[in-house]
Amino acid sequence: MRVKLEVNGVTHEREVEPRTLLVYFLREELGLTGTNVGCDTTSCGACTVLMDGESVKSCTVLAAQADGRSITTIEGLAEGEELHPMQRAFREHHGLQCGYCTPGMVMAAVSLVTESPDLDETHVREGLEGNLCRCTGYHNIVAAVLDAARSSREGAW
Amino acid sequence: MIPASFDYVRPGSLDEAVSALAEHGDEAKLLAGGHSLLPLMKLRLATPSVLVDIGRLGELSYVNDAGDHLAIGALTRHHDLHHDPVAMHHAPLLSFVAGRIGDPQVRHRGTIGGSIAHADPASDLPAAVLALGGTLVARGPGGDREIPADRFFQGFLESALTPEEVLTEIRVPKATAGHAYQKFVRRAQDWAIVGSVVARVDGRVGVALVNVGPTPVRADAVETALAGGASAAEAAELAAEGLEPPADNNATPEFRRHLARVLTARALAEAGL
Ligand SMILES: Cc1cc2nc3c(=O)[nH]c(=O)nc-3n(C[C@H](O)[C@H](O)[C@H](O)COP(=O)(O)OP(=O)(O)OC[C@H]3O[C@@H](n4cnc5c(N)ncnc54)[C@H](O)[C@@H]3O)c2cc1C
Ligand code: FES
Ligand code: FES
Repeated sequence: MRVKLEVNGVTHEREVEPRTLLVYFLREELGLTGTNVGCDTTSCGACTVLMDGESVKSCTVLAAQADGRSITTIEGLAEGEELHPMQRAFREHHGLQCGYCTPGMVMAAVSLVTESPDLDETHVREGLEGNLCRCTGYHNIVAAVLDAARSSREGAW
Repeated sequence: MIPASFDYVRPGSLDEAVSALAEHGDEAKLLAGGHSLLPLMKLRLATPSVLVDIGRLGELSYVNDAGDHLAIGALTRHHDLHHDPVAMHHAPLLSFVAGRIGDPQVRHRGTIGGSIAHADPASDLPAAVLALGGTLVARGPGGDREIPADRFFQGFLESALTPEEVLTEIRVPKATAGHAYQKFVRRAQDWAIVGSVVARVDGRVGVALVNVGPTPVRADAVETALAGGASAAEAAELAAEGLEPPADNNATPEFRRHLARVLTARALAEAGL
Protein backbone atom coordinates (compact mmCIF):
# COMPACT_ATOMS: atom_id res chain seq x y z
CA MET A 1 0.00 0.00 0.00
CA ARG A 2 1.03 3.62 -0.48
CA VAL A 3 1.56 5.82 2.56
CA LYS A 4 2.38 9.48 2.76
CA LEU A 5 3.80 10.84 6.01
CA GLU A 6 5.21 14.17 6.99
CA VAL A 7 8.33 13.43 9.01
CA ASN A 8 10.20 16.31 10.62
CA GLY A 9 8.50 18.69 8.19
CA VAL A 10 9.34 16.73 5.02
CA THR A 11 6.70 14.72 3.16
CA HIS A 12 7.68 11.15 2.26
CA GLU A 13 5.61 8.87 0.07
CA ARG A 14 6.46 5.16 -0.04
CA GLU A 15 5.06 1.78 -1.01
CA VAL A 16 5.02 -0.41 2.11
CA GLU A 17 3.61 -3.71 3.29
CA PRO A 18 0.61 -3.08 5.59
CA ARG A 19 2.45 -4.84 8.42
CA THR A 20 5.30 -2.30 8.38
CA LEU A 21 5.70 -0.79 11.83
CA LEU A 22 6.30 2.93 12.07
CA VAL A 23 9.64 2.50 13.83
CA TYR A 24 11.02 0.35 11.00
CA PHE A 25 9.59 2.76 8.43
CA LEU A 26 11.52 5.58 10.12
CA ARG A 27 14.74 3.64 10.62
CA GLU A 28 14.93 1.49 7.50
CA GLU A 29 12.94 3.38 4.85
CA LEU A 30 13.96 6.89 5.86
CA GLY A 31 17.31 6.14 7.55
CA LEU A 32 16.27 8.05 10.67
CA THR A 33 18.07 5.81 13.14
CA GLY A 34 17.84 8.23 16.07
CA THR A 35 14.67 6.44 17.17
CA ASN A 36 15.77 3.25 18.94
CA VAL A 37 14.10 -0.11 19.39
CA GLY A 38 14.55 -1.40 22.92
CA CYS A 39 12.01 -3.98 24.03
CA ASP A 40 9.90 -4.16 20.86
CA THR A 41 6.95 -4.97 23.17
CA THR A 42 5.51 -1.50 23.98
CA SER A 43 7.17 -1.41 27.38
CA CYS A 44 10.39 0.60 27.35
CA GLY A 45 9.54 3.77 25.42
CA ALA A 46 12.89 3.90 23.53
CA CYS A 47 10.94 4.12 20.26
CA THR A 48 8.80 7.11 21.33
CA VAL A 49 8.11 9.71 18.62
CA LEU A 50 5.48 12.42 18.30
CA MET A 51 2.45 11.78 16.11
CA ASP A 52 0.54 15.00 15.52
CA GLY A 53 2.41 16.35 18.53
CA GLU A 54 1.61 13.52 20.95
CA SER A 55 3.99 10.84 22.23
CA VAL A 56 3.43 7.33 20.83
CA LYS A 57 5.50 4.14 20.90
CA SER A 58 6.40 3.69 17.26
CA CYS A 59 7.04 -0.07 17.69
CA THR A 60 3.28 -0.41 18.21
CA VAL A 61 1.94 1.84 15.46
CA LEU A 62 1.65 0.74 11.84
CA ALA A 63 3.05 3.04 9.18
CA ALA A 64 -0.46 2.71 7.73
CA GLN A 65 -1.91 4.22 10.92
CA ALA A 66 0.49 7.15 10.56
CA ASP A 67 -0.48 7.69 6.91
CA GLY A 68 -1.35 11.36 6.37
CA ARG A 69 -0.08 12.36 9.79
CA SER A 70 2.81 14.41 11.00
CA ILE A 71 5.66 12.67 12.81
CA THR A 72 8.48 14.27 14.76
CA THR A 73 11.55 12.23 15.68
CA ILE A 74 14.59 13.22 17.75
CA GLU A 75 16.27 14.36 14.49
CA GLY A 76 13.51 16.95 14.00
CA LEU A 77 13.83 18.78 17.31
CA ALA A 78 16.94 20.93 16.90
CA GLU A 79 16.87 23.96 14.64
CA GLY A 80 20.16 23.59 12.76
CA GLU A 81 22.94 23.79 15.34
CA GLU A 82 20.54 25.09 17.97
CA LEU A 83 19.41 22.29 20.30
CA HIS A 84 15.78 22.14 21.43
CA PRO A 85 15.42 23.41 25.03
CA MET A 86 14.63 19.84 26.17
CA GLN A 87 17.83 18.51 24.56
CA ARG A 88 19.81 21.37 26.10
CA ALA A 89 18.36 20.62 29.54
CA PHE A 90 19.27 16.91 29.24
CA ARG A 91 22.85 17.93 28.39
CA GLU A 92 23.12 20.53 31.14
CA HIS A 93 21.69 18.26 33.84
CA HIS A 94 23.57 15.17 32.71
CA GLY A 95 20.23 13.44 32.05
CA LEU A 96 21.87 10.59 30.13
CA GLN A 97 24.67 8.09 30.41
CA CYS A 98 24.72 5.45 27.66
CA GLY A 99 22.08 7.45 25.77
CA TYR A 100 20.04 4.51 24.54
CA CYS A 101 16.81 5.61 26.18
CA THR A 102 17.46 9.29 25.49
CA PRO A 103 15.72 9.90 22.14
CA GLY A 104 12.52 8.30 23.44
CA MET A 105 12.86 9.96 26.83
CA VAL A 106 13.31 13.40 25.23
CA MET A 107 10.31 12.93 22.90
CA ALA A 108 8.10 11.69 25.77
CA ALA A 109 9.22 14.67 27.84
CA VAL A 110 8.48 17.14 25.04
CA SER A 111 4.95 15.71 24.73
CA LEU A 112 4.47 15.82 28.51
CA VAL A 113 5.59 19.43 28.90
CA THR A 114 3.59 20.54 25.86
CA GLU A 115 0.45 19.02 27.41
CA SER A 116 1.06 20.37 30.91
CA PRO A 117 3.85 22.95 31.23
CA ASP A 118 2.93 23.54 34.87
CA LEU A 119 4.18 20.25 36.25
CA ASP A 120 5.94 19.29 39.46
CA GLU A 121 8.36 16.47 40.22
CA THR A 122 5.68 13.83 40.92
CA HIS A 123 3.92 14.72 37.69
CA VAL A 124 7.20 14.35 35.74
CA ARG A 125 7.96 10.98 37.29
CA GLU A 126 4.44 9.70 36.55
CA GLY A 127 4.43 11.26 33.10
CA LEU A 128 7.59 9.37 32.16
CA GLU A 129 6.41 6.01 33.49
CA GLY A 130 6.33 4.62 29.96
CA ASN A 131 10.08 5.18 29.50
CA LEU A 132 12.72 3.00 31.10
CA CYS A 133 16.32 4.06 31.73
CA ARG A 134 18.80 1.46 32.91
CA CYS A 135 21.61 3.93 33.67
CA THR A 136 20.73 7.22 35.27
CA GLY A 137 18.38 6.31 38.10
CA TYR A 138 16.08 8.98 36.61
CA HIS A 139 17.14 11.70 39.04
CA ASN A 140 18.89 13.90 36.49
CA ILE A 141 16.27 13.20 33.84
CA VAL A 142 13.60 14.56 36.17
CA ALA A 143 15.76 17.61 36.92
CA ALA A 144 16.24 18.21 33.20
CA VAL A 145 12.54 17.96 32.41
CA LEU A 146 11.61 20.30 35.27
CA ASP A 147 14.17 22.81 34.02
CA ALA A 148 12.94 22.57 30.43
CA ALA A 149 9.35 22.98 31.64
CA ARG A 150 10.41 26.15 33.42
CA SER A 151 11.97 27.49 30.23
CA SER A 152 8.79 26.61 28.31
CA ARG A 153 6.66 28.55 30.81
CA GLU A 154 9.01 31.49 30.35
CA GLY A 155 8.27 31.34 26.63
CA ALA A 156 11.62 29.92 25.43
CA TRP A 157 10.05 27.11 23.34
CA MET B 1 9.12 -8.52 15.78
CA ILE B 2 6.95 -8.18 12.72
CA PRO B 3 3.31 -9.28 12.46
CA ALA B 4 2.31 -11.90 9.88
CA SER B 5 1.08 -10.43 6.59
CA PHE B 6 -2.45 -9.10 6.33
CA ASP B 7 -4.58 -6.96 4.07
CA TYR B 8 -5.39 -3.51 5.36
CA VAL B 9 -8.64 -1.67 4.79
CA ARG B 10 -9.61 1.70 6.14
CA PRO B 11 -13.37 2.26 5.97
CA GLY B 12 -14.48 5.89 5.76
CA SER B 13 -17.58 5.43 7.92
CA LEU B 14 -19.13 3.15 10.51
CA ASP B 15 -21.46 1.66 7.88
CA GLU B 16 -18.49 0.85 5.65
CA ALA B 17 -16.78 -0.80 8.62
CA VAL B 18 -19.82 -2.99 9.26
CA SER B 19 -19.90 -3.97 5.56
CA ALA B 20 -16.18 -4.76 5.59
CA LEU B 21 -16.67 -7.10 8.57
CA ALA B 22 -19.64 -8.74 6.87
CA GLU B 23 -17.58 -9.28 3.73
CA HIS B 24 -14.50 -10.76 5.43
CA GLY B 25 -16.16 -12.66 8.28
CA ASP B 26 -14.00 -13.94 11.11
CA GLU B 27 -10.82 -13.67 9.00
CA ALA B 28 -11.01 -9.95 9.78
CA LYS B 29 -10.27 -7.98 12.93
CA LEU B 30 -11.09 -4.41 13.76
CA LEU B 31 -8.12 -2.19 14.59
CA ALA B 32 -8.83 0.71 16.96
CA GLY B 33 -5.82 2.01 18.90
CA GLY B 34 -3.95 -1.22 18.29
CA HIS B 35 -2.50 -1.32 21.79
CA SER B 36 -3.85 -4.75 22.60
CA LEU B 37 -4.06 -6.19 19.10
CA LEU B 38 -0.69 -5.15 17.61
CA PRO B 39 1.37 -6.56 20.52
CA LEU B 40 -0.49 -9.88 20.04
CA MET B 41 0.10 -9.77 16.29
CA LYS B 42 3.81 -9.03 16.76
CA LEU B 43 4.05 -12.15 18.93
CA ARG B 44 2.00 -13.97 16.25
CA LEU B 45 -0.55 -14.89 18.91
CA ALA B 46 -3.07 -13.20 16.61
CA THR B 47 -2.85 -13.59 12.84
CA PRO B 48 -5.90 -11.95 11.25
CA SER B 49 -5.76 -11.92 7.46
CA VAL B 50 -7.59 -8.59 7.18
CA LEU B 51 -7.33 -5.56 9.45
CA VAL B 52 -10.23 -3.13 9.31
CA ASP B 53 -8.79 0.11 10.68
CA ILE B 54 -11.54 2.13 12.36
CA GLY B 55 -9.02 4.26 14.25
CA ARG B 56 -9.91 7.44 12.37
CA LEU B 57 -13.70 7.28 12.55
CA GLY B 58 -14.17 10.63 14.27
CA GLU B 59 -17.92 9.95 14.42
CA LEU B 60 -17.17 7.38 17.17
CA SER B 61 -15.03 9.64 19.34
CA TYR B 62 -17.16 11.69 21.74
CA VAL B 63 -18.40 12.07 25.30
CA ASN B 64 -22.01 13.27 25.35
CA ASP B 65 -24.35 14.22 28.17
CA ALA B 66 -27.47 12.23 27.23
CA GLY B 67 -29.76 13.33 30.05
CA ASP B 68 -29.84 10.52 32.61
CA HIS B 69 -26.67 8.90 31.29
CA LEU B 70 -23.37 9.59 29.62
CA ALA B 71 -22.76 8.29 26.08
CA ILE B 72 -19.14 7.63 25.15
CA GLY B 73 -18.07 6.83 21.61
CA ALA B 74 -16.12 3.58 21.33
CA LEU B 75 -13.14 5.30 19.73
CA THR B 76 -12.67 7.79 22.55
CA ARG B 77 -9.05 7.44 23.59
CA HIS B 78 -8.07 6.91 27.24
CA HIS B 79 -6.26 10.28 27.10
CA ASP B 80 -9.38 12.10 25.92
CA LEU B 81 -11.69 10.38 28.41
CA HIS B 82 -9.28 11.26 31.22
CA HIS B 83 -9.29 14.95 30.28
CA ASP B 84 -12.89 15.33 29.13
CA PRO B 85 -14.78 17.93 31.22
CA VAL B 86 -18.20 16.25 30.70
CA ALA B 87 -16.80 12.88 31.79
CA MET B 88 -15.01 14.42 34.78
CA HIS B 89 -18.25 16.04 35.84
CA HIS B 90 -20.78 13.22 35.35
CA ALA B 91 -18.69 10.05 35.45
CA PRO B 92 -15.59 10.98 37.43
CA LEU B 93 -14.89 7.28 38.05
CA LEU B 94 -14.42 6.56 34.34
CA SER B 95 -12.27 9.58 33.76
CA PHE B 96 -10.10 8.68 36.77
CA VAL B 97 -9.76 5.05 35.69
CA ALA B 98 -8.83 6.07 32.14
CA GLY B 99 -5.93 8.06 33.60
CA ARG B 100 -4.62 5.00 35.47
CA ILE B 101 -4.22 2.88 32.34
CA GLY B 102 -0.68 2.07 31.18
CA ASP B 103 1.38 5.18 30.47
CA PRO B 104 0.86 8.42 28.50
CA GLN B 105 1.90 6.84 25.19
CA VAL B 106 -0.59 3.98 25.68
CA ARG B 107 -3.31 6.45 26.62
CA HIS B 108 -2.60 8.48 23.47
CA ARG B 109 -3.52 5.42 21.36
CA GLY B 110 -5.79 3.06 23.31
CA THR B 111 -9.57 3.47 23.16
CA ILE B 112 -12.41 2.61 25.53
CA GLY B 113 -14.10 0.51 22.85
CA GLY B 114 -10.94 -1.50 22.23
CA SER B 115 -10.48 -1.99 25.95
CA ILE B 116 -14.04 -3.27 26.44
CA ALA B 117 -14.20 -5.37 23.25
CA HIS B 118 -10.87 -7.02 24.06
CA ALA B 119 -12.48 -8.28 27.30
CA ASP B 120 -9.21 -8.73 29.16
CA PRO B 121 -9.96 -9.45 32.84
CA ALA B 122 -6.80 -7.51 33.77
CA SER B 123 -8.03 -4.31 32.09
CA ASP B 124 -9.35 -1.41 34.12
CA LEU B 125 -12.25 0.08 32.16
CA PRO B 126 -14.30 -3.14 31.80
CA ALA B 127 -14.58 -3.46 35.60
CA ALA B 128 -15.45 0.23 35.91
CA VAL B 129 -18.27 -0.11 33.38
CA LEU B 130 -19.50 -3.23 35.23
CA ALA B 131 -19.51 -1.47 38.60
CA LEU B 132 -21.43 1.44 37.09
CA GLY B 133 -23.99 -0.94 35.55
CA GLY B 134 -23.32 0.34 32.05
CA THR B 135 -24.68 -0.71 28.67
CA LEU B 136 -22.76 -1.46 25.49
CA VAL B 137 -24.18 -0.60 22.07
CA ALA B 138 -23.12 -2.64 19.04
CA ARG B 139 -23.85 -2.12 15.34
CA GLY B 140 -24.09 -5.18 13.11
CA PRO B 141 -25.54 -5.95 9.68
CA GLY B 142 -29.01 -6.08 11.31
CA GLY B 143 -28.73 -2.70 13.06
CA ASP B 144 -28.04 -1.63 16.64
CA ARG B 145 -28.21 -3.83 19.72
CA GLU B 146 -27.86 -2.95 23.40
CA ILE B 147 -26.01 -5.33 25.72
CA PRO B 148 -25.98 -4.86 29.50
CA ALA B 149 -22.41 -4.88 30.85
CA ASP B 150 -23.40 -7.77 33.13
CA ARG B 151 -23.90 -10.00 30.09
CA PHE B 152 -21.06 -8.65 27.93
CA PHE B 153 -17.96 -10.37 29.35
CA GLN B 154 -18.32 -14.08 28.62
CA GLY B 155 -14.86 -15.60 29.00
CA PHE B 156 -11.16 -14.86 28.79
CA LEU B 157 -10.85 -12.32 25.91
CA GLU B 158 -14.38 -13.31 24.91
CA SER B 159 -17.25 -10.84 24.66
CA ALA B 160 -20.88 -11.02 23.60
CA LEU B 161 -20.00 -9.31 20.29
CA THR B 162 -20.29 -11.36 17.12
CA PRO B 163 -17.42 -11.13 14.59
CA GLU B 164 -19.66 -8.93 12.42
CA GLU B 165 -20.41 -6.35 15.10
CA VAL B 166 -18.72 -3.06 15.92
CA LEU B 167 -18.99 -1.76 19.46
CA THR B 168 -20.11 1.83 18.92
CA GLU B 169 -21.06 3.34 22.27
CA ILE B 170 -20.60 2.85 25.99
CA ARG B 171 -23.43 4.17 28.18
CA VAL B 172 -23.06 4.69 31.91
CA PRO B 173 -25.41 6.26 34.41
CA LYS B 174 -24.33 9.60 35.80
CA ALA B 175 -22.67 8.86 39.11
CA THR B 176 -21.16 11.54 41.28
CA ALA B 177 -22.00 10.33 44.80
CA GLY B 178 -18.60 8.74 45.39
CA HIS B 179 -16.26 6.34 43.68
CA ALA B 180 -12.85 4.74 43.99
CA TYR B 181 -10.45 2.56 42.08
CA GLN B 182 -7.81 0.66 44.02
CA LYS B 183 -5.30 -0.76 41.56
CA PHE B 184 -2.54 -2.92 42.99
CA VAL B 185 0.66 -2.97 40.92
CA ARG B 186 4.31 -3.62 41.67
CA ARG B 187 5.68 -1.45 38.86
CA ALA B 188 4.51 1.77 37.24
CA GLN B 189 2.72 1.29 33.90
CA ASP B 190 1.58 -2.28 34.66
CA TRP B 191 -1.78 -3.98 34.52
CA ALA B 192 -3.45 -4.52 37.89
CA ILE B 193 -2.37 -7.62 39.80
CA VAL B 194 -5.80 -7.14 41.36
CA GLY B 195 -8.06 -4.09 41.27
CA SER B 196 -11.28 -3.14 43.01
CA VAL B 197 -13.71 -0.54 41.66
CA VAL B 198 -16.51 1.03 43.67
CA ALA B 199 -19.23 3.20 42.15
CA ARG B 200 -22.17 4.77 43.97
CA VAL B 201 -25.09 5.06 41.57
CA ASP B 202 -28.60 6.20 42.56
CA GLY B 203 -28.29 4.96 46.13
CA ARG B 204 -26.91 1.61 44.97
CA VAL B 205 -23.26 0.55 45.40
CA GLY B 206 -21.59 -1.28 42.51
CA VAL B 207 -18.37 -3.19 43.18
CA ALA B 208 -16.32 -4.94 40.50
CA LEU B 209 -12.96 -6.69 40.53
CA VAL B 210 -10.05 -6.73 38.07
CA ASN B 211 -7.85 -9.76 37.34
CA VAL B 212 -9.37 -12.32 39.70
CA GLY B 213 -10.71 -14.76 37.08
CA PRO B 214 -11.32 -15.21 33.34
CA THR B 215 -13.56 -12.13 33.16
CA PRO B 216 -13.99 -8.91 35.10
CA VAL B 217 -16.57 -9.71 37.81
CA ARG B 218 -19.13 -7.99 39.99
CA ALA B 219 -18.53 -8.63 43.69
CA ASP B 220 -22.15 -9.74 44.19
CA ALA B 221 -21.78 -10.78 47.82
CA VAL B 222 -20.33 -7.37 48.74
CA GLU B 223 -23.09 -5.52 46.91
CA THR B 224 -25.83 -7.63 48.51
CA ALA B 225 -24.37 -7.23 52.00
CA LEU B 226 -24.16 -3.45 51.61
CA ALA B 227 -27.73 -3.30 50.30
CA GLY B 228 -28.80 -5.33 53.36
CA GLY B 229 -27.22 -2.83 55.75
CA ALA B 230 -23.82 -4.43 56.44
CA SER B 231 -20.94 -2.10 57.25
CA ALA B 232 -18.30 -1.49 54.60
CA ALA B 233 -15.75 -3.48 56.61
CA GLU B 234 -18.11 -6.46 56.95
CA ALA B 235 -19.06 -6.35 53.29
CA ALA B 236 -15.45 -6.15 52.10
CA GLU B 237 -14.69 -9.43 53.92
CA LEU B 238 -16.96 -11.12 51.34
CA ALA B 239 -15.10 -9.76 48.31
CA ALA B 240 -13.34 -13.04 47.49
CA GLU B 241 -16.48 -15.18 47.78
CA GLY B 242 -16.89 -17.52 44.82
CA LEU B 243 -13.63 -16.42 43.17
CA GLU B 244 -11.16 -18.81 41.59
CA PRO B 245 -8.34 -16.40 40.82
CA PRO B 246 -5.47 -17.34 38.50
CA ALA B 247 -1.90 -18.02 39.61
CA ASP B 248 0.96 -16.27 37.80
CA ASN B 249 4.39 -14.76 38.47
CA ASN B 250 2.80 -11.89 40.36
CA ALA B 251 0.46 -13.62 42.75
CA THR B 252 -0.94 -16.91 44.02
CA PRO B 253 -4.72 -17.40 44.05
CA GLU B 254 -4.70 -16.98 47.85
CA PHE B 255 -2.81 -13.67 47.61
CA ARG B 256 -5.31 -12.49 45.00
CA ARG B 257 -8.23 -13.35 47.32
CA HIS B 258 -6.51 -11.41 50.09
CA LEU B 259 -5.99 -8.44 47.75
CA ALA B 260 -9.64 -8.54 46.67
CA ARG B 261 -10.74 -8.14 50.31
CA VAL B 262 -8.17 -5.51 51.29
CA LEU B 263 -8.54 -3.41 48.13
CA THR B 264 -12.34 -3.54 48.35
CA ALA B 265 -12.21 -2.34 51.97
CA ARG B 266 -9.95 0.54 50.92
CA ALA B 267 -12.09 1.39 47.90
CA LEU B 268 -15.32 1.41 49.93
CA ALA B 269 -13.72 3.71 52.50
CA GLU B 270 -12.37 5.99 49.78
CA ALA B 271 -15.84 6.16 48.22
CA GLY B 272 -17.17 7.43 51.55
CA LEU B 273 -18.85 4.22 52.75
C1 LIG C 1 2.38 -1.24 27.62
C2 LIG C 1 0.89 -1.35 27.77
C3 LIG C 1 0.33 -1.19 29.01
C4 LIG C 1 -1.05 -1.29 29.18
N1 LIG C 1 -1.57 -1.13 30.42
C5 LIG C 1 -2.90 -1.25 30.61
C6 LIG C 1 -3.47 -1.08 31.89
O1 LIG C 1 -2.78 -0.80 32.87
N2 LIG C 1 -4.81 -1.21 32.02
C7 LIG C 1 -5.61 -1.48 30.95
O2 LIG C 1 -6.82 -1.57 31.12
N3 LIG C 1 -5.11 -1.64 29.71
C8 LIG C 1 -3.77 -1.53 29.51
N4 LIG C 1 -3.26 -1.67 28.25
C9 LIG C 1 -4.17 -1.99 27.14
C10 LIG C 1 -4.69 -0.71 26.50
O3 LIG C 1 -5.60 -0.06 27.35
C11 LIG C 1 -5.35 -0.99 25.14
O4 LIG C 1 -5.36 0.22 24.48
C12 LIG C 1 -6.78 -1.46 25.17
O5 LIG C 1 -6.89 -2.63 25.93
C13 LIG C 1 -7.28 -1.80 23.77
O6 LIG C 1 -7.72 -0.67 23.11
P1 LIG C 1 -7.27 -0.38 21.61
O7 LIG C 1 -8.08 0.76 21.15
O8 LIG C 1 -5.81 -0.22 21.56
O9 LIG C 1 -7.77 -1.71 20.88
P2 LIG C 1 -7.11 -2.61 19.74
O10 LIG C 1 -5.82 -3.17 20.17
O11 LIG C 1 -7.16 -1.90 18.44
O12 LIG C 1 -8.22 -3.77 19.68
C14 LIG C 1 -8.34 -4.71 20.74
C15 LIG C 1 -9.38 -5.76 20.36
O13 LIG C 1 -10.69 -5.22 20.35
C16 LIG C 1 -11.28 -5.26 19.06
N5 LIG C 1 -11.95 -3.97 18.88
C17 LIG C 1 -11.38 -2.74 18.97
N6 LIG C 1 -12.32 -1.78 18.83
C18 LIG C 1 -13.49 -2.41 18.64
C19 LIG C 1 -14.83 -1.96 18.46
N7 LIG C 1 -15.15 -0.66 18.45
N8 LIG C 1 -15.80 -2.88 18.28
C20 LIG C 1 -15.51 -4.22 18.29
N9 LIG C 1 -14.27 -4.69 18.49
C21 LIG C 1 -13.26 -3.80 18.66
C22 LIG C 1 -10.14 -5.51 18.11
O14 LIG C 1 -10.57 -6.22 16.97
C23 LIG C 1 -9.19 -6.33 18.95
O15 LIG C 1 -9.59 -7.67 18.98
C24 LIG C 1 -1.89 -1.56 28.06
C25 LIG C 1 -1.33 -1.72 26.80
C26 LIG C 1 0.04 -1.63 26.65
C27 LIG C 1 0.62 -1.81 25.29
S1 FES D 1 10.79 -0.50 21.62
FE1 FES D 1 8.82 0.38 21.60
S2 FES D 1 8.35 0.48 23.66
FE2 FES D 1 10.26 -0.55 23.72
S1 FES E 1 21.03 6.55 29.64
FE1 FES E 1 21.39 4.43 29.38
S2 FES E 1 19.36 3.66 29.34
FE2 FES E 1 19.04 5.71 29.89
